[in-house]
Amino acid sequence: MVKKIVVFAVLTLSIALMYACSKNQEEIKPEEKPITFSIPANFPTPAYQFEQNKLSNAGFALGKKLFYDTRLSADKSVSCGSCHQQFAAFANLDHKVSHGVNNCQGKRNAPPLFNLAWQKAFFWDGGVKNLETSPLNAITDACEMGTDIQTIITFLKSTLPYPDMFKQAFGTEEINSQLLLKSLTQFTGVLVSGNSKYDQVIRKDAGVSFTEEEQSGYNIFREKCSSCHAEPFFTDFSYRNNGLDLVSSDEGRSHITGVQADFGTFRIPSLRNIEYTGPYMHDGRFYSLDEVLEHYDSGVKANKNLDPSLKNGIQLNSVERTQIKAFLKTLTDNEFIKNKLYSES
Amino acid sequence: MKLSQYLMALLCPIILLSSCKKDADETATDTKSSFTLEFEHQVNGVALNLNTTTYKNAKGEDFKINVFKYYVSNVKLSKADGTTYLVPESYFLIDESKPASKLITVGDIPTGDYTKIEYTIGVDYARNFAGAQTGALDPINGMFWTWNSGYIFVKMEGTSPQSTTANQALTFHIGGVVDPNNTIRTYSTEINSANPLRIRTDSKPDMHFIVNAAALFTGTTDVSFATLNFTMGGANSVIVANNYAKGLFRLDHIHN
Repeated sequence: MVKKIVVFAVLTLSIALMYACSKNQEEIKPEEKPITFSIPANFPTPAYQFEQNKLSNAGFALGKKLFYDTRLSADKSVSCGSCHQQFAAFANLDHKVSHGVNNCQGKRNAPPLFNLAWQKAFFWDGGVKNLETSPLNAITDACEMGTDIQTIITFLKSTLPYPDMFKQAFGTEEINSQLLLKSLTQFTGVLVSGNSKYDQVIRKDAGVSFTEEEQSGYNIFREKCSSCHAEPFFTDFSYRNNGLDLVSSDEGRSHITGVQADFGTFRIPSLRNIEYTGPYMHDGRFYSLDEVLEHYDSGVKANKNLDPSLKNGIQLNSVERTQIKAFLKTLTDNEFIKNKLYSES
Repeated sequence: MKLSQYLMALLCPIILLSSCKKDADETATDTKSSFTLEFEHQVNGVALNLNTTTYKNAKGEDFKINVFKYYVSNVKLSKADGTTYLVPESYFLIDESKPASKLITVGDIPTGDYTKIEYTIGVDYARNFAGAQTGALDPINGMFWTWNSGYIFVKMEGTSPQSTTANQALTFHIGGVVDPNNTIRTYSTEINSANPLRIRTDSKPDMHFIVNAAALFTGTTDVSFATLNFTMGGANSVIVANNYAKGLFRLDHIHN
């Protein structure tokens, strides 16, 4: 009987000790906040499923490090983050087109990166169909990072602390393109921008409302712009020609489809964070929103593939322009743009 | 005493369960084994030698081959009674410059006599748009288009005096899965029932295919390198795919 009590006491004590130990460790090393992919209440179900790419702090950290590592490019001058800058909502401030290795100028404007998990096709022409394989385009393009997967894998295998980071992220000694792309996606996929003033108003957050000017702008927007720039992403993800040129010098979507009706059409860009994503259009030809509105008012050219909705342009008087711009600025998500979690540390 | 009774109560169902499982295993007849796919590369009956030998296409034009690689996927075997077996995750990249790639052992096949084989020349629609892949489908293999997602199903590069491009290059990168330029093609062949593919635990047969690289340029449309010497997807790739669908593969014999 006594023996039994002793055994029980020892057991209890050891369990208590174990518990104490683990508690101590927690106190010494503050628990890292787990990375999450959060879906704003006013967003639908995403297209990308993290079930096939289980999100972890180590995977996210690796993806972020890769995103900002210029050594991955041919002349070690350009990282993903070079053309996708956080303060520009991961677009490229003041660059009409992307500026790649060896000072090469690309042919299209670097798009912002956010809400990618809801997107089914990528790049201005929609040529890439999966978020995970999107980086391959920039990595291999001679005018962007100008390198190849083999070179990058060899570099990562021989450069500290990458082998350790891959092991922590995926639990294997292996470093291959699949894990590289999956970790990059753990970074780019969680870049969710859905907490602008607009979102707060739509979600009826307490104490947030549009000013009269913003509300008027929103009304005009819904009447004249939202057939293409559909809420809540402010794009319907379709490809259209908006009459920038009589004859487009960039074939656009038809490069992918081979269909003449797609010549000179481009993916409708999101207007979220538009305050910071200029210059605008696929070739970055407009530096200001005023130029963009002027184009829709009186600059639309009769391109043979012009979207029918723009046949007569979109007339906006100066008051309306001011109102629309006031509304567009409610699409700025400062929490996203300044979130240190996404910064190059 | 009491403790052991509890233990017994706990263990009994476990013992019973495990014994059940064993019984099932013993009564089951489905054993598994493997077979080998062997791809011998030729050009109109002559062995394919990269970079050196000059061949003639159906139009009588000279050409040399520097690169010849292609995907075989979704291998499906059928028995005479109509039952089929789709080899799961069967994606193979065969590359003339890598001899080991021309001899593929396919494992975990239910034993039996198979009288038909079919496979995709290329990669099925879904995988062209799937997330990051590894193994044969790893983009590192140079068979993935990064700017227009999708795999290059068949890649033939070479030279011809008739080619109008710089360095007289021939560039045939065949792929694309969206209509009207879908280039997914299927190869299938019946196997002589007198000598079927006999997969046994103690017998791992070898299927020997002759692969005729010149089949890209004849069969439905005779290609002249003066007019068609470069294609990376699109309508011209469909012309080539329609050609090789007819004559790229021929089952030569089976070693049982």
